[in-house]
Amino acid sequence: MTVNPTAPTRPIRTRGIEAARARQAIWLLLPTLIAIALVAGYPLYRTIYFSLFEASLTTPDQRTFIGMGNFWFTTEDGVALGFLQDPKWWGAVKNTLLFTVVSVTLETIFGMIIALVVNSAFKGRGILRTAMLVPWAIPTVVSAQMWSYLYNDTFGLIGRGLLGGQALLANTDSAIWALIAVDVWKTTSFMALLILAGLQSLPSDMYEAADMDGASKWTQFWRLTLPLLRPALLVALVFRSLDALRVFDIMSVMLGNVNAAATSMTGYARQALIDNSLLGYGSAVSVAIFVIIMVIVVIYVTAFRVKFD
Amino acid sequence: MKKVIALVSLSAAIAFSSNASAVTVTLACGAVGQELELCKAGAARWAKKTGNEVKIFESPNLTNDRLGLYQQQLAAKSSDIDVYQLDVVWPGLLAQHFVDLKGKVPAAEVNAHFKGIIDANTVNGKLVAMPWFTDAGLLYYRTDLLKKYGFKSAPKTWTEMALMAKKIQTGEQKTNKAFSGFVWQGKNYEGLTCDALEWVVSFGGGTIVDASGKVTINNAQAAKALDTAASWIKSISPAGVTTYAEEEARGIFQSGNAAFMRNWPYAWALGQGDDSKVKGKIGVAPLPSGGSRNAATLGGWQLGVSQYSKNQAAAIDLVRYLAGPAEQKIRAIEGAYNPTIQSLYKDKDVLAKNPFFGSLYSVFTSAVARPSGPTKSKYNQVSQAFSTAVSDVLNGKMKGQAAVAKLAGDLNRIKGRGW
Repeated sequence: MTVNPTAPTRPIRTRGIEAARARQAIWLLLPTLIAIALVAGYPLYRTIYFSLFEASLTTPDQRTFIGMGNFWFTTEDGVALGFLQDPKWWGAVKNTLLFTVVSVTLETIFGMIIALVVNSAFKGRGILRTAMLVPWAIPTVVSAQMWSYLYNDTFGLIGRGLLGGQALLANTDSAIWALIAVDVWKTTSFMALLILAGLQSLPSDMYEAADMDGASKWTQFWRLTLPLLRPALLVALVFRSLDALRVFDIMSVMLGNVNAAATSMTGYARQALIDNSLLGYGSAVSVAIFVIIMVIVVIYVTAFRVKFD
Repeated sequence: MKKVIALVSLSAAIAFSSNASAVTVTLACGAVGQELELCKAGAARWAKKTGNEVKIFESPNLTNDRLGLYQQQLAAKSSDIDVYQLDVVWPGLLAQHFVDLKGKVPAAEVNAHFKGIIDANTVNGKLVAMPWFTDAGLLYYRTDLLKKYGFKSAPKTWTEMALMAKKIQTGEQKTNKAFSGFVWQGKNYEGLTCDALEWVVSFGGGTIVDASGKVTINNAQAAKALDTAASWIKSISPAGVTTYAEEEARGIFQSGNAAFMRNWPYAWALGQGDDSKVKGKIGVAPLPSGGSRNAATLGGWQLGVSQYSKNQAAAIDLVRYLAGPAEQKIRAIEGAYNPTIQSLYKDKDVLAKNPFFGSLYSVFTSAVARPSGPTKSKYNQVSQAFSTAVSDVLNGKMKGQAAVAKLAGDLNRIKGRGW
């Protein structure tokens, strides 16, 4: 993505060197491109290929071509078989989008506050910056298990202590909020870290000048910090949104696989593909997830003009 | 000195020769309760007897997770695992990946097992696996608490059970806030399918899909069964029961925090262990009736040899040994795992350790099978749709009547052009 041949300033004399460099770059990149084609391109191709077939995971060799039947198909008896006709899929999409929007918004706000705090000079800042990363450093599966103990209705600190014996995770409608809380707890520090990196690249003399001009801290934040932070913030937002759309582990650990299928798109795909061994159907769902994520990335990149370099 | 050298070279030669013929067989064991320990011990006994080696592959606790893992191994034709531990509902799904044991295991050995379980393991005339232990849902109760609150015997019906549980719970909660009347498997997974099938059958609501493949769940009795179960939540069962699997329920019962529990036989031996707070205070009874009959779901595990195994002969020998009478007896005595060999139910040592095996013999022989036969490879989807519908009723999202009607639609959608 960062292949960026800078425009030659003195075309006549440097073109030869530039061209040679570009050729060299291609040769150097070739192994990487081949590796990407093998580990990402080929599985993607197979997934798209299988999405057009009716096939079982245990016997992938015996498959029948059904075109778009995995996506949308109604039998003569009026039975809807495509996953786009399954209300459970749309429930999973709705829950995943809710999860993404709410958790990423909260993480951005909290991350910004934390970054601003640890960016200012005070005693013990170093320790705080390290401590802040602890939730991020714990493997998600471990923290998800830890939280499901906290939410337990008979001995959990939250389930028993705060809520007096409610089982938040029992019902997918209430569980989604409990999951958002876990994700916010875990990834806010990652967001804060990305924003902090952006903050540290801002020139300090700018703030000195603003102080001289008598701008309040509030004005400085809205007029200077935020606009200059925009590129870093947007990259962080894209990363987090993509991660949140692909969320799988916390649902799977905290809700079990059947309920995870009702709360996340990836959980739904996994259930179809693994539990039900519907290779074709599951592949079609995966293709749909791929398309949804692509569309969202394109929206981000075009609407906010995110630059990755 | 010469003697020593001779001895050393001789023993080296022996060691070498036995190494050359010995093979390593990998066995996939479950890890619920004492399963893993007993599995390792049994495998070690076989290894010692035959001079081979056994590697144990630890499988996930939840049966759905296990199936997913196995399917990936089998689809990849992996030879990593030689012997698989199979749930009683899987043979139809996985038959093609397993060695036909018919003819490889002597007929007399096969016929010593319950006929129903051998039938469940036979797909299109092929014996997919050998039964290892059988399971059926049981009602566990606290004998001391029943006595304390003036009850003479275990409940016969669900209504009676709910009344008893309520009375005991109210009394016990005065001193123990965490106490609940009845714990069971309410998490949305295969275990809930087992529990709910028991309710539905006991109310006379059929078996979800009948033997001919017709969807029968949409009936008033099934709806009533689900509504009854939903009424237990927050009255005699904790709100969190809808997140419990076997081990969570056992944890609560065994720590003395429940009056009744629905679980499999394995919970008996653990409840009688030295670390159990309810040791010597546990009674076992058939699950209550909803008006039609007492119903227990048939569970149980089998051992099958993978077609992709590189050491099939040794693997079959291991299966024959583990499924044989000597090993099943040890497992029954140490872990209360129900034998699948009829004669062991008359064995004195087994009955001394598990008195309920004798009195509840009919529960084990008349257990209700889940509809894995008629629904074949789509059983898993049927089970998920069923447990999700039950879960919706338990969580108050839907009433029983509406849930079974919607479920019937879902099942017909899954059925599509046929099972």
